[in-house]
Amino acid sequence: MFLIDCPYCGPRQQTEFHCHGEAHIARPKDPDAISDVEWADYLFNRSNTKGVFYERWVHNHGCRRWFNLARDTVSDRILAVYRMGEKPPRVKK
Amino acid sequence: MTQKFRLAEGGRINRDHPVQFQFDGATLHGYEGDTLASALLANGVHLVGRSFKYHRPRGILSAGAEESNALVQLREGPRTEPNMRSTMVALFDGLKAESQNRWPSLSFDVWSVNNLFSRFLPAGFYYKTFMWPASFWMTYEKVIRNAAGLGKGPLGRDPDRYEHRNQWCDVLVAGGGPAGLMAALAAGRAGARVILVDEQSEMGGSLLSGTGEVDGKPAADWVAEIMDELRSMEEVTILPRTSVSGYYDYNFLTLLERVTDHLDDEPDGKTPRQRFWQVRAKQVVLATGAIERPLTFLNNDRPGVMLAGAVRTYVNRYAVLPGLKAVIFTNNDSAYDTALDLRRAGASATVVDVRKAPRGALVEAARAAGIDIMDGKAIVKVNGGKRVTGVLIRELSEDGKTVTGGSQSIGCDLVAMSGGWNPTVHLFSQSRGKLRFDESLAAFVPDKSFADERSAGACNGSMKLLDCLTEGLKAGLAAARDAGFNVRKAPTAPKVDEAEEGGIMPIWVVPSGKRLGQGGKHFIDFQNDVTAADVSLSHREGYVSVEHLKRYTTMGMGTDQGKTSNVNALAIMADLQGVSVPEAGITTFRPPWALTGFGAIAGRNVGEFMDPARLTAMHDWHVEHGAKFEDVGQWKRPWYYPKPGESMADAVNRETLAARSAVAMVDASTLGKIDIQGPDAAEFLNRIYTNAWLKLPLGSCRYGLMLHEDGMVFDDGVTTRLAENRFLMTTTTGGAANVLTWLEEWLQTEWPEMKVYCTSVTEQWATVSVSGPYARHVVGSLTDYDKLGPKDLPFMTMAEMDIAGIPARVYRISFTGELAFEVNVPRRQGLALWRAIWEAGQKYGITPYGTEAMHVLRAEKGFIIVGQETDGTVTPMDMGMDWIVSKKKGDFIGRRSFAREDTARDDRKQLVGLYTEDDPHHVLVEGQQLVAEVKPTPPMKMVGHVTSAYFSSNVGRSIALAVVEGGRERMGETLYAPRLEGGRPVKVTITDPVFFDKEGVRARG
Ligand SMILES: [Zn+2]
Repeated sequence: MFLIDCPYCGPRQQTEFHCHGEAHIARPKDPDAISDVEWADYLFNRSNTKGVFYERWVHNHGCRRWFNLARDTVSDRILAVYRMGEKPPRVKK
Repeated sequence: MTQKFRLAEGGRINRDHPVQFQFDGATLHGYEGDTLASALLANGVHLVGRSFKYHRPRGILSAGAEESNALVQLREGPRTEPNMRSTMVALFDGLKAESQNRWPSLSFDVWSVNNLFSRFLPAGFYYKTFMWPASFWMTYEKVIRNAAGLGKGPLGRDPDRYEHRNQWCDVLVAGGGPAGLMAALAAGRAGARVILVDEQSEMGGSLLSGTGEVDGKPAADWVAEIMDELRSMEEVTILPRTSVSGYYDYNFLTLLERVTDHLDDEPDGKTPRQRFWQVRAKQVVLATGAIERPLTFLNNDRPGVMLAGAVRTYVNRYAVLPGLKAVIFTNNDSAYDTALDLRRAGASATVVDVRKAPRGALVEAARAAGIDIMDGKAIVKVNGGKRVTGVLIRELSEDGKTVTGGSQSIGCDLVAMSGGWNPTVHLFSQSRGKLRFDESLAAFVPDKSFADERSAGACNGSMKLLDCLTEGLKAGLAAARDAGFNVRKAPTAPKVDEAEEGGIMPIWVVPSGKRLGQGGKHFIDFQNDVTAADVSLSHREGYVSVEHLKRYTTMGMGTDQGKTSNVNALAIMADLQGVSVPEAGITTFRPPWALTGFGAIAGRNVGEFMDPARLTAMHDWHVEHGAKFEDVGQWKRPWYYPKPGESMADAVNRETLAARSAVAMVDASTLGKIDIQGPDAAEFLNRIYTNAWLKLPLGSCRYGLMLHEDGMVFDDGVTTRLAENRFLMTTTTGGAANVLTWLEEWLQTEWPEMKVYCTSVTEQWATVSVSGPYARHVVGSLTDYDKLGPKDLPFMTMAEMDIAGIPARVYRISFTGELAFEVNVPRRQGLALWRAIWEAGQKYGITPYGTEAMHVLRAEKGFIIVGQETDGTVTPMDMGMDWIVSKKKGDFIGRRSFAREDTARDDRKQLVGLYTEDDPHHVLVEGQQLVAEVKPTPPMKMVGHVTSAYFSSNVGRSIALAVVEGGRERMGETLYAPRLEGGRPVKVTITDPVFFDKEGVRARG
């Protein structure tokens, strides 16, 4: 079970959180301006990264804030935790 | 009261406290401090069970957690537990144990014929024999299970209490032997919060099994001193009888503490039987010791063949002599200690050593004590059935592959074997540490750590006592330092006087002079009856990977998880493949290390605590009035209110008729309610819902559909504008939490610039919905009647007023299609409101109705239920709800997906109504498939399915809602609904989904 350092509350058990998949997938600004293929890509396609992966979590049994974290999918180590809107930090495995 | 094999003195048993117990019905005696195994041995009982597959007689192999043979059924009735290791069961007065895997009795077992037919039960036997036909497997399994035993599960409800405990610590020390004690001492003196865990009833580990000295005093005295100091430290928690059952990510460890298992007490309802700890440790010190390996020789499973270290433990710790005439069979020096101890205790001892001319201080000591040492020799066969009677010995070739010369027979009642020691690396491996093979130990040892842990002592491959103490000390200091503590006065390692040991000669299969599998068996995995011949067979059949070998032979898959067998099997396989042991690889160690019952895992989350029940303010009234309840999420909702003698159908028919002919009331408190505020609230709703919200007048209500971005419906409800910047959203009962998360997700991740705040207020309100032609009369009698008039409170508006003197929000919304008022009051006044409406409604024959009537009423109107008519693949257009999808307001979530090729198809499944053609009383089944063309047998092309089906007393016949491909263009068409139970498919006609009051005038009245 992970120990996740919520940027608002500090380290808490994983059971307090929920993972919502890949981060930094912005909703297209003008959905009508893009093709069906591009829209489908936004809807359905996610990378299946081996290595550093940026993902969204929410502290749903805590402060209910959403944030991002960078996790090495091989070692399961959390390399960085950062707030929504912040640029993904450069991390080393 | 004979304990014939109990030594006159010594041991750590309490001779002042004799204990009586039963094994297979026989009354026996032991002492407090015994395990069941040591007490059985003290009584001369070696035959304690039958093996899993061949039902061979089996004895006690070990003295610890690794026991694979001596498993018993412990206790009786609802507290009974199977597969208990007798070596880990503390003896208590009145203990009752039964042997397993035997019928009708341990000494005469019918199924032991399996042993005679064993050539028909080879490796992979399950896979080979029971492959075909697959449908027979159920029958086979039943027979196998009966024969295999496996003990019996308790039938009654577990009367014991189990607890969970969550704990943080700086340093967790797993294992209370010499290394663990030093680690705990070092970390404790540094001021760290330490948890010291050991499976045994007392700390000390291997020091309790030997006869040596530490710091110039008997080892046990030294342990007592250390324990005194540890107990005096406030931050140190000492947990005996506790196993570290799992080592997970981020130093999360689970511990199973057997709090009262060693007592005979009946549960008192207060003291937990076991405590399941969930510990987050900054640092971990693994000091888990080592497990001795059996040697693999012919008939090495006979009762009386034991691990040499275990024999030592029985002699020294429990003052029990497991045999009077012992043969010690070894490939290393450690077993010489056993020979010396046995001799000292009065038994005779002969050593058979596979090594030619072994040289070590212990060997010399044995020789000096007059112990006969037969070097360069091997046991080629064990004689005896239910107990060892002797061994045959022959000369072993230098490479250990063959035996030569004549055989010599020695009579004995005990064979103490040692094939070397495996560091107990299970927890280290679970923490994702990497292993390496140490040639000098012929064993796997920790190599690279992954987690914040350190291994110390025997589990690290350091088999000498001084090394254990020193490493433990260092590991404890380093752990404390890494946990952030300044170490000022570090303890020093105690002095010990230790003999220099000679090397080990690895020998994985001891030759018998015959082909493997002939003249007896070489057992590797005692619990699962896996032999060297099985490993050899799977090699010949082409199994290369160790993981495949494990599954094919079932090696290491018993309750002992191969603690004594894994490395032996892997080494044999490596040998057959002609590769080194590390090249062959090792199977993965997985949690749990120790058997962990579901009781401990569940803790107190059982019965009413398994899942919290959410009750409305009116719950007690519903109970008093005989409601049957239905679970909706965690809510308990009244399902229907049967009167005496009424069936469910009777009650539902009465309730639905009342709602349309007179007046009826329903507890609607469970609907999700979210208070949404902020200057951007209206714009936010505009993006979340499919319809337009900016111009919704104050005090008006509007129905909304929420879509996921793929255009599919995921929730619905009515939202009301309470103020310019404030809305009250309602959601489905089951969807409330998900909707709140959904709203917050968009606000926090995509539109952080929007000023909108969402608060769940579901629990703050109690809601009574009053429906029917007399609804206005009933509610009006509790307030100013005129305020409820069609002009003052038109359909789809809300007004605040007192109802029965309670400040309320009254919504004119309707889920029944009737004139309806939904009265919301603060939760604490919900019951008072319900009672007031009930009283006021008496003269109109007001009828309480439940969820079933509610579902029928809305289906009569063709109103959908999200999750019933929809399943995550349904658009608003599929539901015929184009009217709610705004074409003008601009973008909203899900809109773009309507243009996707698949979403825009006109042959998608669409909502329709169905009438049964032949029998108007026949009610279809929800989920029933629909076909246009019936064939004699499946497959048939399915064109849709039934989503809701009821008998409607208001319509006077059965009705159903369904989704059908291109359904709106197929009105009047006949379809067929095949029945699960067989028989003729039901003929149905496609109709409009609105069955009652198609113009919708009644709700507006
Ligand atoms: Zn938080």
